[in-house]
Amino acid sequence: MTEAFRQYFELCGSLLYWLFVAPFRGRGWRIGHTFAQIVRIGVHAVPMSALTALTIGVVLAMQSAAQLAKLGATAFVPGLVSSSLIRELAPLVTAVIVIGRSGSSVTAELGTMKVSEEIEALEVMAIPPMSWLIVPRFLAMVIMLPLLTVFSIYVGLAGGWLIGHYSLHMSTAFFVTHALQHVALSDIGIGLLKSGVFGVLIVTIACSIGLNVSGGAEGVGLATTRSVVVSLLSVFIANALLTALFFF
Amino acid sequence: MSDTTPDLTTREPIIEVDSLVRHFGSQKVLNGVSFKVYEGDTFVIMGGSGCGKSTLLRHLIGTEKPTSGSIKIFGQEITTMNEDAMRKLRGRYGMLFQSGALLQSLTVAENVALPLNEHTQLDTGLIDTVVKMKLEQVGLTGHGHKKPSEISGGMKKRAALARALALDPPLVFSDEPTAGLDPIMTAVVDELTQRLTQKIGATVVVVTHDMNSVFRIGTRIIMLGTGPNQGRIIASGTPAEIRAHPHPAVQQFINGDPQGDGSDDSGEVLYRETLLGLNETGMYSRSAIQSSKP
Repeated sequence: MTEAFRQYFELCGSLLYWLFVAPFRGRGWRIGHTFAQIVRIGVHAVPMSALTALTIGVVLAMQSAAQLAKLGATAFVPGLVSSSLIRELAPLVTAVIVIGRSGSSVTAELGTMKVSEEIEALEVMAIPPMSWLIVPRFLAMVIMLPLLTVFSIYVGLAGGWLIGHYSLHMSTAFFVTHALQHVALSDIGIGLLKSGVFGVLIVTIACSIGLNVSGGAEGVGLATTRSVVVSLLSVFIANALLTALFFF
Repeated sequence: MSDTTPDLTTREPIIEVDSLVRHFGSQKVLNGVSFKVYEGDTFVIMGGSGCGKSTLLRHLIGTEKPTSGSIKIFGQEITTMNEDAMRKLRGRYGMLFQSGALLQSLTVAENVALPLNEHTQLDTGLIDTVVKMKLEQVGLTGHGHKKPSEISGGMKKRAALARALALDPPLVFSDEPTAGLDPIMTAVVDELTQRLTQKIGATVVVVTHDMNSVFRIGTRIIMLGTGPNQGRIIASGTPAEIRAHPHPAVQQFINGDPQGDGSDDSGEVLYRETLLGLNETGMYSRSAIQSSKP
């Protein structure tokens, strides 16, 4: 446990150097690698994020409509959907999806590279693994998770609109106006800040566990499971802390 | 290959290892290892499984730090070297890993081009030409576009050799280059390593337990011991000197005898005595017979 924390903070320290100091010493970010990771971590996660966000938007609208109808207050459905999505659900659910499909894949890939001596080969070829492997993944995650979150908010709202328009007979203008009335610009900012923090947590945990794999194929499997579990717990705890800090 | 004693007096040592010690917990994996590798040598580090030969190699390439002792490569002390200096030094040597360690995400040609892209200012066209030349030298013409997962074990080793030699380094390390290969491919990889490194005048350090390879390519050999001699050099010399070495563990290793000083048979003794109840002569012991009675 202590060793895992030491490895994690060692990676974070090294990452800070390669992100902010190394570029000024002639060792810039590898843009090509970063774009490749943006596609793998972010773009390929779009269909899954979209489907999940759509179902959540639909379910939120249906559940809230069922309760609010008893009070004759279905007009509040758009606001409830938008504020829930923007403040909580879109950042959290997108992070969970990205942990499942991208965080696990980062750990498994780095772990396999470690056990097949590829990382050692990079070191021996004087190609720093931090610059070649970790910085591109970090940048891709920190850029793409907030973007995926924004995308999820839009798709989730579209899901809410489907129920509002076709089941509750709201006009599109009514739905959009009420959805926007209940959120402030700061809510969107805090939602995106949350997803940025989640992105940092997910990618640093996935990389730290992946780089420290030992024990062959079994080690890679165990590390991937540990990466998903630790990332999920960290994201849930961080979400609770950030919500308490900004909204409570 | 060469059984004559190389003239060590006129050549420069490329690697100087002095009193190298490495502990893993309470276990001494390397215990006061000292040797010199001279320019132009094919220096073989041999020994049984768990003798510390791969650990020694990892110290030489700078991916492990010793508990104590000194390692000088090209006259520079690497045990206390900082990362930047180490990175510069690494540009002067190539490494052939046991598994090949080709990057799976890149094609064979991209793997060979990697050191050239990273450490030279050559333009893409010239790099492509060098890569084609290197692949041709190792007999992989036409396989450059394939991913490492699409080629055989022997081809992976040859591709890794092409990558290790991409920058024509003056020093090449090789970890079990023929492990897992059939005898013919073993000879091919040995012959290629020898021919290509001689062509560029490189000094080679090879870790292996394959006796055919040892005597085929080695010009100087050291053997690390196991058991009570764990982590110590028990024999050192030219191939002829090693063949005639009086140490029983060396002779056992060369002849491949299962019984002797060099074999760790503690597990077998435990199995024989405790589980089967047999004594050293193969007879059932009295205690085993008594304990088996109802």
